[in-house]
Amino acid sequence: MAASSRRNPPPLPGAENQDPLSEMADEDSDEGEDIFVGNSNPVAEAFQPDTANGEEPADLFSEAETSTAVNSSITTSKSNGVHSDNENDLFAEVSVELSMENPSTTAKSSGAEFTPSLTRSATQPESMEQLEEEKDEDSFDMEVAVTNPEKIGDGMNAYMAYKVSTRTTLPMFRNRTFSVWRRFSDFLGLYEKLSVKHSLNGCIIPPPPEKSVVGMTKVKVGKDDSSSADFVERRRAALERYLQRVVCHPSLLQDPDVREFLERDELPRAVGTHTLSGAGFLKMINRASDAVSKMTIKISDSDAWFDNKLQEVESEELQLRKLHAVVDSLVNHRKELCGNTAVFAKSMAMLGNSEDNTALSRALSQLAEVEDKMETLHQEQAASDFFILAELLADYIRLLGAVRGCFEQRMKTWQRWQEAQSTLQKKREVEAKLLWANKPDKLQQAKEEITEWEGKVTQYERDFDRISVTVRKEFLRFEKEKSKDFKSQIVKYLESLLQSQQRHVKFWEAFLPEAKAIA
Amino acid sequence: MVQNLPNLLWELVEGYLKSLTQVKQFKGNARSVSVDLNNDASLLIDIPDALCERDKVKFTVHTKTTLSSFQKPDFSVPRQHEDFIWLHDALVETEDYAGLIIPPAPPKPDFESPREKMHKLGEGEATMTKEEYTKMKQELEAEYLAVFKKTVQVHEVFLQRLSSHPILSKDRNFQIFLEYDQDLSVRRKNAKETFGSFFKNMVKSADEVIISGIKEVDDFFEQEKTFLLDYSSKIKDSTARAEKMTRSHKNVADDYIHISATLNSLSVDDNTKVEGRVASDEELKLTELFRYYMLDIQAAKDLLYRRARALADYENSNKALDKARLKSKDITQAEEHQQQCLQKFDKLSESGKRELTSFKGRRVVAFRKNLIEMSELEIKHAKVSQGAQSSFSFLCLNFFSRNMQ
Repeated sequence: MAASSRRNPPPLPGAENQDPLSEMADEDSDEGEDIFVGNSNPVAEAFQPDTANGEEPADLFSEAETSTAVNSSITTSKSNGVHSDNENDLFAEVSVELSMENPSTTAKSSGAEFTPSLTRSATQPESMEQLEEEKDEDSFDMEVAVTNPEKIGDGMNAYMAYKVSTRTTLPMFRNRTFSVWRRFSDFLGLYEKLSVKHSLNGCIIPPPPEKSVVGMTKVKVGKDDSSSADFVERRRAALERYLQRVVCHPSLLQDPDVREFLERDELPRAVGTHTLSGAGFLKMINRASDAVSKMTIKISDSDAWFDNKLQEVESEELQLRKLHAVVDSLVNHRKELCGNTAVFAKSMAMLGNSEDNTALSRALSQLAEVEDKMETLHQEQAASDFFILAELLADYIRLLGAVRGCFEQRMKTWQRWQEAQSTLQKKREVEAKLLWANKPDKLQQAKEEITEWEGKVTQYERDFDRISVTVRKEFLRFEKEKSKDFKSQIVKYLESLLQSQQRHVKFWEAFLPEAKAIA
Repeated sequence: MVQNLPNLLWELVEGYLKSLTQVKQFKGNARSVSVDLNNDASLLIDIPDALCERDKVKFTVHTKTTLSSFQKPDFSVPRQHEDFIWLHDALVETEDYAGLIIPPAPPKPDFESPREKMHKLGEGEATMTKEEYTKMKQELEAEYLAVFKKTVQVHEVFLQRLSSHPILSKDRNFQIFLEYDQDLSVRRKNAKETFGSFFKNMVKSADEVIISGIKEVDDFFEQEKTFLLDYSSKIKDSTARAEKMTRSHKNVADDYIHISATLNSLSVDDNTKVEGRVASDEELKLTELFRYYMLDIQAAKDLLYRRARALADYENSNKALDKARLKSKDITQAEEHQQQCLQKFDKLSESGKRELTSFKGRRVVAFRKNLIEMSELEIKHAKVSQGAQSSFSFLCLNFFSRNMQ
């Protein structure tokens, strides 16, 4: 009753989220009603023991019905979290029941609702946190774009600068929209920093586009042709996708380095990204040693999940590589088709010119024009083939590499734990021997070492467990992102195909009467 | 196994091509390079059947006639490509037909391109998945069929042009060709003769250059000459370009096969068949049209050449007559010779004019038919392709979402 009087008139389902949350945050009430005010006002109202009242039940239930949608949406979004799944399901069940119930059975439903509400009070803070996160994600307005590539400088010291614009409503940034200028090595530097910090935790860090000496040299030299324009465009698109993936990742987004990258006007020049630098060599050596150790380690995992997923990833990478090779050849052949069609169009025009029958001559010239238009179509199709399909595949081949790296990290952690365990075992043996040989001073030292190593073992075991959890979570998130990405890209590709086919039809339909007009 | 593959495939193709239905099916929409043929019921010729053995194609030439000059009203004979060439050469060498455009000889059946593909397929069999292999094989079979179609068509058209020509249809050699039961065992040109004809051609081209310098008396022929010379070079160019374009188109279609095979999905052949079919139908229509008229124009040019030759002869005979008159020796001989030349020249001019005018009309009509058919096909295929490509992409989607579970 008291609760209901506070909200008058009953707010719209959409707006309901905001108020109750703030209310919950402020009030530290132990009043049963107030807690329930939280998420589900109409439901809370239903808990009110005023079922005797004739009017209210009708109102309550009508409200309940309208806000059931809200409730179920909250519950579904919450089920993304690792915990409190059961509770949410129960809740969903309950709210569905609400809408189906009629006033006559009010008593039964309100009785049933008390139990979940009670359990909810215990997990209240957690779900609120989740809700907040969900709210952030729902109003997640974080857009990054990489635009306006500009050539700065001249000669071999020239480089391309890209404008990185961000538009966001997240509070951790100083402004809502801002942009900075970055160069390619800055992107690489960001990747290095993130990888150093997060790869040990098992995060999947999106890899940046690859370096290309040939491409960049052409641009530097100033060759102003379509191939270097293509290269720049390709790189720009790849950098944009890279950044978008980074900011999509919830924990990477929190990293101050990312924020700095997006906000700070002048970034210190990233060292260690140049291939021929000392850091570059170090990386190569590390990679080589990694490759060797990878071959020799095999986790005897009780959890077959990781093994299966790793195998899946590897086979998928193979398939993508094959597919990428074929799509590449498709792009090349279409470009060839383009060229040949253009040449053919020209020869048609010439033939039309030398034709003496006027109608036929006109028809042939028209044919030449149609073929010209076809050439443009083919060119566009080739571009879309490339930018949509081929790049998508290339990106995911690289990403799968990163996923594999993630699994390898986990393997390394496991190895460290195992090694620690064996060291502990050895120390214990030493201790036993010392006991036997009865050397008290050395014994003390041995005991200290044992404690030290016991601590290490526990810590490494915990690390391993933690990284396993992270890897699993990351992998699931990656799969979701991948499926979303592929679907949207393929739909885009489909649309471009269909569009080009429609224009194809239009062009030929325009030509047909011309052909018929030949006398 | 790999070595046996070419043989196996070849047998497969053979058997495939033997079936009558295939042949009959494409006869319906086949001919668009030359129209108004086979209309005269007194002499109807067609090639209902053909066999492909190794390198050789054996055509069954079927004649239905009401003419009394033939022994039977309805009969068929087997003929090989070389027999057609013999007939053509015989016609060209007949003096009487100097004023006519002799229909160009059908080009030799060329199975080179599919054969190459077959070899590549055999070699690459180990690296391909079974589905990809099957699909490539299907495409290969389709290509064989297309080449086969083409060659039967051009041979048929050649015969039909002869049969619809008022003068050529009465040719004795033509009759022998149609009727003679036994194997013609045409004397293939031996080495000396081939060389001889090659030499003759060279002389002819040199001659052409000289003769083109002669002043033309008739406006009509002057125009025709310039037109044909220009047009023939342009059409040669167009033929080459059209070929290149359709080859690129085929490459793109092949790539779609590879993609769909890699996607490992259900029958994605819709898209590939459409793209491949667009390529092979385009080839059949436009390129064939150009190629045919390229040859036809050459035949027309040959006519012009012969006439110019006759003109030169006539002028030479005039000069000889003048010289004889001066010398007062052999005047009658020279006069006779001059008369002959004049007659020949007049005859050639007259029939030449007729032939060239009808050639023009024929060409325009053929182009029209061909262009209409081609655009209709393009539209049809584009519309079909829309559906096919959406199904192709849905299969892509399925593949990826499958992999995600």
